[in-house]
Amino acid sequence: MKRFILPLGIFIILLVFLGVGLRLNPHDIPSPFIGKPAPAFTLQQLSDPEKTISPSDMRGRVWMLNVWASWCVSCREEHPVLLEFSKKAVVPLIGLNYKDTRKEGLGMLMKEGNPYTVSGFDADGNVGINYGVYGVPETFVVDKNGIIRKKFTGPITPEIISETLLPLINKLNQEPVVSSITGATVSQNSLAHNEARHA
Amino acid sequence: MIPEIGNFSLILALCLALIQGIFPIAGSFRDTAKGTRWMALGRPAAAGQCLFVTIAFICLVYSFYANDFSVSYVAANSNSTLPVYYRIAATWGGHEGSLLLWVQMLVLWTLAVALFSRQLPDQTVARVLGVMGLISIGFLCFMLFTSNPFDRLLPAAVNGNDLNPLLQDFGMIIHPPLLYMGYVGFSVAFAFALAALMGGQLDAAWARWSRPWTLVAWMFLTLGIFLGSFWAYYELGWGGWWFWDAVENASFMPWLVGTALIHSLAVTEKRGSFKNWTVLLAIIAFSLSLLGTFLVRSGVLTSVHAFATDPRRGLFILFFLAIVIGGALTLYAWRAPKVGLGGKFSLFSRESMLLINNVLLLAAAGTVLLGTLYPLFLDALDLGKISVGPPYFEAVFVPLMIPVLLLLAVGPFVRWKDASLKEVLFRLRWIGLGSVIFAVIAALLIATSVMVVVGLTLAVWILLATASQLMQRLQHAPAGTSMWKRITGQPRSYWGMLVAHAGIGIFVIGVTLVKGTETANDLSMHLGDTTTISGYTFHFTDLKNIKGPNYIAAQGTFEVTQGDTKVATMKPEKRLFSVQQMPMTEAAINRGFTRDLYVSLGEKTSDNVWIVRVQHKPFVSWIWAGCLIIAFGGFLAASDRRYRIASRKKKGGASAVGDVVDVHPISEVSAS
Repeated sequence: MKRFILPLGIFIILLVFLGVGLRLNPHDIPSPFIGKPAPAFTLQQLSDPEKTISPSDMRGRVWMLNVWASWCVSCREEHPVLLEFSKKAVVPLIGLNYKDTRKEGLGMLMKEGNPYTVSGFDADGNVGINYGVYGVPETFVVDKNGIIRKKFTGPITPEIISETLLPLINKLNQEPVVSSITGATVSQNSLAHNEARHA
Repeated sequence: MIPEIGNFSLILALCLALIQGIFPIAGSFRDTAKGTRWMALGRPAAAGQCLFVTIAFICLVYSFYANDFSVSYVAANSNSTLPVYYRIAATWGGHEGSLLLWVQMLVLWTLAVALFSRQLPDQTVARVLGVMGLISIGFLCFMLFTSNPFDRLLPAAVNGNDLNPLLQDFGMIIHPPLLYMGYVGFSVAFAFALAALMGGQLDAAWARWSRPWTLVAWMFLTLGIFLGSFWAYYELGWGGWWFWDAVENASFMPWLVGTALIHSLAVTEKRGSFKNWTVLLAIIAFSLSLLGTFLVRSGVLTSVHAFATDPRRGLFILFFLAIVIGGALTLYAWRAPKVGLGGKFSLFSRESMLLINNVLLLAAAGTVLLGTLYPLFLDALDLGKISVGPPYFEAVFVPLMIPVLLLLAVGPFVRWKDASLKEVLFRLRWIGLGSVIFAVIAALLIATSVMVVVGLTLAVWILLATASQLMQRLQHAPAGTSMWKRITGQPRSYWGMLVAHAGIGIFVIGVTLVKGTETANDLSMHLGDTTTISGYTFHFTDLKNIKGPNYIAAQGTFEVTQGDTKVATMKPEKRLFSVQQMPMTEAAINRGFTRDLYVSLGEKTSDNVWIVRVQHKPFVSWIWAGCLIIAFGGFLAASDRRYRIASRKKKGGASAVGDVVDVHPISEVSAS
């Protein structure tokens, strides 16, 4: 008798999850990382294995980390929005090319355009795990002191940019840098260099 | 005026659905003359409901045709510059209209059941139509209360927001109707299963009625998924054909379970076994179709396919799911234990092979479901986060499919009830040896990767075994029978199985070679540049601007040569759609028997310099051919003679009596 109830039991559990899922907004998940320092990493750059990228390069600037992959369909949807956003060059947009191959990742940037100041190459997804990435695309906003302030799951839309992102960036830009001024000057130089190359 | 007629028709359809959902089922449990009269309401209510939904559907199509931008759904999904065929396809381009298409398909299936069920007992027909009426009530309410396609927009828009450029394609015209035919078609198998549970009668006759309906639905679903994939391949512009996107998965899960179901039904029909299992599969297949609808429309997952979301809608579908699926599974838990087990079979027999096939397919559907919902589960439990994408699906799905493909070739050689392993191995010895030799040669010659060798060997194994099975069966006739007689003597369901299995073999060849040996080159090209990939030279000869009905485009011309021979002239485009200001890559594809050449224009970097992606994709067409052959197998099986005889017999009158008594369990005969 019990085995005949089993399917119903499984379905009820599924139903509970779906019900909970309905109340969550997949675009705005409170992440345990918010308010914590952005996890450190040093990754090869996607376009050049000789060069590396690390969050410490960004000290003193508000920046964004966008996790993307060539295999991710939603990233393609998000891509034109990011391109438009990067043209305004409000803050550096760092890409995290996640569980991808260098060839495919670069191929997508070549074909669709490159919105990123620079992209790190996270082939095995280790950095992604440290950032609690659970689906691509995801976008983090990090303040001048290297603290994660906001996380978006799913594609960034023009509405998110105008209603949430830009006001937040403006606010963060007003905040002071607490420590490590020397690091900031160095990183700004290297970023200026990168931006010039991409322009 | 026209939209109001549509709206009113939907309301009338809902009233008829209420009659169809309540009275026939209630009547089927009463032994009185009143019960009989109530049951008799099923067919006319189904016909009337179909009529009114069709009127509503035509009204919506007309509103698109006539550019009636005072209807907010039309204004959101169409534009007066949109060509007329896309305006009509835009009818199902958004949430509300695709829901109407869903209901349209449901009432067409219901009508088909009402028309072609003369040979079934009245009680069964009443219950089947009743269950389908109940499903229809849910969807019509959903549409009327949360997503009415006929809602007016006041004041009317001057012009529409246009159809998403991605959807402006021939695929949009036929992919959704075919896919929905398949999705919704499983509601028939579902309704038959529930009717059987209500009556407590699950026998060979029940399986025989359900089988053709399930096969037809499965065939449409196969075609629908194929078209979606085929469309993504050329329209999305970067040459992929399957992305494990949540919505693709939503159509793939019912397919996997539906495949298990058609095999399980065969066992129930031929051997009387697997009854509970078959009923459960029929419930799960349709439940997954409904779940897919929920995932796409509720906003719990993000996806390219997702419709504009609204939590109210999500909640409505969730309740609907709880009632329909929960109700069905409760009925199952209550009635299935009384059904009995059916024929016994030994550890090695056709039954056990099909059981393994079922378990593997169900497990595969389970892993896909898990992968699709995993982010949601973990997040709901606050257990941390994990990424799910093609890396996950390929890692878990492929290992499950390898035993399925291995056994697929063996199954048809194994006898029902009790088979001898020795005999089966003996009959397969040359095929096995041939496949092993092939594997060794392939490993030595093409030596690209282990997966390519494994994939090709499995395909060869399937194709050889299927051919050999046919040869052995044809030899198995009295001496002197002509070849023609031998071939035409086989039932169509047998041909259906062979054809579908061979289609799988061809599909596997395509997938293996595309995945394992495709090459791509992304480069920046000046006008006049050439590039060579896999022996094909692409010469960028021309670039011009062209103008379409609702877009402008840059069109490149590439002359392709192989050695000194000219192969093709390819003209990829980069389009800019004027209303939504959305750029689209329109790839140029040169299709061939053993390879596709694929050129897409990326970004313009400066005057006459473009980023170009050139791809050589071996054996892509085999994927499509495989899918079509699989679907054709389903068609052959569904058109088997014995299903047609069953419906003809009833018209003959006298002969039907024996048939009907034969299928009635004692309790029901005494009732009638």
